[in-house]
Amino acid sequence: MAQFMPLADAIATHVHDGDTLAMEGFTHLIPHAAGHELIRQQKQELTVMRMTPDIIYDQLIGMGLVRKLVFSWGGNPGVGSLHRFRDAVEKEWPRALELEEHSHAGMACAYQAGASGLPFAVLRGYAGTDMPHYNPNIKRISCPFTGEQLAAVPAHRPDVAVIHAQKADRAGNVLITGIQGVQKEVVLGAKRAIVTVEEKVDDLGAGFNAIVLPHWVIAAVCVVPFGAHPSYAQGYYKRDNAFYTEWDDISRTRESFLAWIADYITGTRDHAGFMAKFNAAHSDKERSNG
Amino acid sequence: MADDTKAGYTRDELMIVEAARQLRSGQSCFVGIGMPSLAANLARLTHASEIILIYESGTIGAKPAVLPLSIGDQELAETADAVVSVPEIFTYWLQGGRINIGFLGAAQIDRYANINTTVIGGDGYHHPKVRLPGAGGAPEIATSCGEVFILLRQNSKSFVDKLDFITSVGHLDGGNARQRIGMPGRGPTRIITDLGILEPHPESRELMLTRIHPGVTVDEVLAATGWPLKVSEHLQQTEPPSQHYLDVMRDLQQRTAKAHAGGR
Repeated sequence: MAQFMPLADAIATHVHDGDTLAMEGFTHLIPHAAGHELIRQQKQELTVMRMTPDIIYDQLIGMGLVRKLVFSWGGNPGVGSLHRFRDAVEKEWPRALELEEHSHAGMACAYQAGASGLPFAVLRGYAGTDMPHYNPNIKRISCPFTGEQLAAVPAHRPDVAVIHAQKADRAGNVLITGIQGVQKEVVLGAKRAIVTVEEKVDDLGAGFNAIVLPHWVIAAVCVVPFGAHPSYAQGYYKRDNAFYTEWDDISRTRESFLAWIADYITGTRDHAGFMAKFNAAHSDKERSNG
Repeated sequence: MADDTKAGYTRDELMIVEAARQLRSGQSCFVGIGMPSLAANLARLTHASEIILIYESGTIGAKPAVLPLSIGDQELAETADAVVSVPEIFTYWLQGGRINIGFLGAAQIDRYANINTTVIGGDGYHHPKVRLPGAGGAPEIATSCGEVFILLRQNSKSFVDKLDFITSVGHLDGGNARQRIGMPGRGPTRIITDLGILEPHPESRELMLTRIHPGVTVDEVLAATGWPLKVSEHLQQTEPPSQHYLDVMRDLQQRTAKAHAGGR
């Protein structure tokens, strides 16, 4: 049953050291505020899964909180490399990072299987690639009816799912609009789900067939305006493409990365504090690229 | 982009226009981000207004006014005919056999059009010199689309004798390898580069240079390829890009740069 609580309480209550976390959102609705809070609370030895690690996991990896990453595409979209991810893989800084690497289709199907209560997913994929040689969780399976050779991957059943959405009503029912990624699957496949939302409303105003996650599949709902920034929330604010470009510089060296985290994340009390600091630092600058 | 040539366009521009020309109205095209997205939208804004662009974020029939920076920009969602979940786009639409063309980029490619976007050099997968982003949607796009076009710049670093990692399968080790391992699509049929177009031999499936861009010599193409590249006996020259295509492309790029600068 969904309980409204501050984000810091939700992370403290529902995320434990050593947990497997899936923080999803496909470019859209990435739960960045929750990622920042994991850093503030120094959650350790995490296994994190996510199709596109993106800036949110680049930060967790760079802070040494991640033991293992399960993923399918690790770049800075439209910009280039994730430097903290690369430094961890190439130089084991700040620690070695165990990888479990899939394709997008493999990840999506594994989440579907998790939500479906099945032990594994089946797909027509990975054939002929080198991926199964390095990921023992990709296996071949024969169709019992036709004999066709297909791929099997185990279901994703994370301890905790974390997503961001536009709205929750007073009961904690959550509405997602726009690009919906794998959020429904990850919430239904997880043992516990934390949802941050832009706002709490009396009526979701959801049309027929809208994507609504009922309150009774969610553990905690946290009202966090701009909780997806620098990702976007359709209908609320745009993707901060300029910051994605800026991240390329910030994250390029260990020193500039750590300085940014100290300044913006551990140096702020919560997401409102982060946004205030961020906006103050960026309001006087004309964005010239991105 | 590379320096302007005397021709009034760059080789990158020539590559993008030539790639756009490969697409047709009415086709459904699964589009990778970056250069494939630029070429596919150029096609949509010129000769192929009815092309159906599909991005892996679940946006079907996207008609972006500016190019997306990421594969899931709001511009794609707002202009799409339908927005579906990521599991749905990969299962019902891609694996379901609904897509005619997969349009991919690559970091490295070999003579059978297998591609690597995972690791380069160093001491193998676990200790690479360069860690690339990885697979994304490409392995299954390469598996299930009717055919695949690949767009990348041609040089001895990108066109290699042996890949460090096969991320997505082209024609594997040639011949009927795709059929043998149960891949429904025809695989890569055209590789569009800044020097020309390569196509697989009908039987061996080894890539051959079939078309060369204006101002490029065969020796130059051979020198930019990390294996002894075969050249078609019927080698043809591509048409230079028309001013109309160049204008539409540059306009799109300018609109895009302006839009992304104002993200906040």
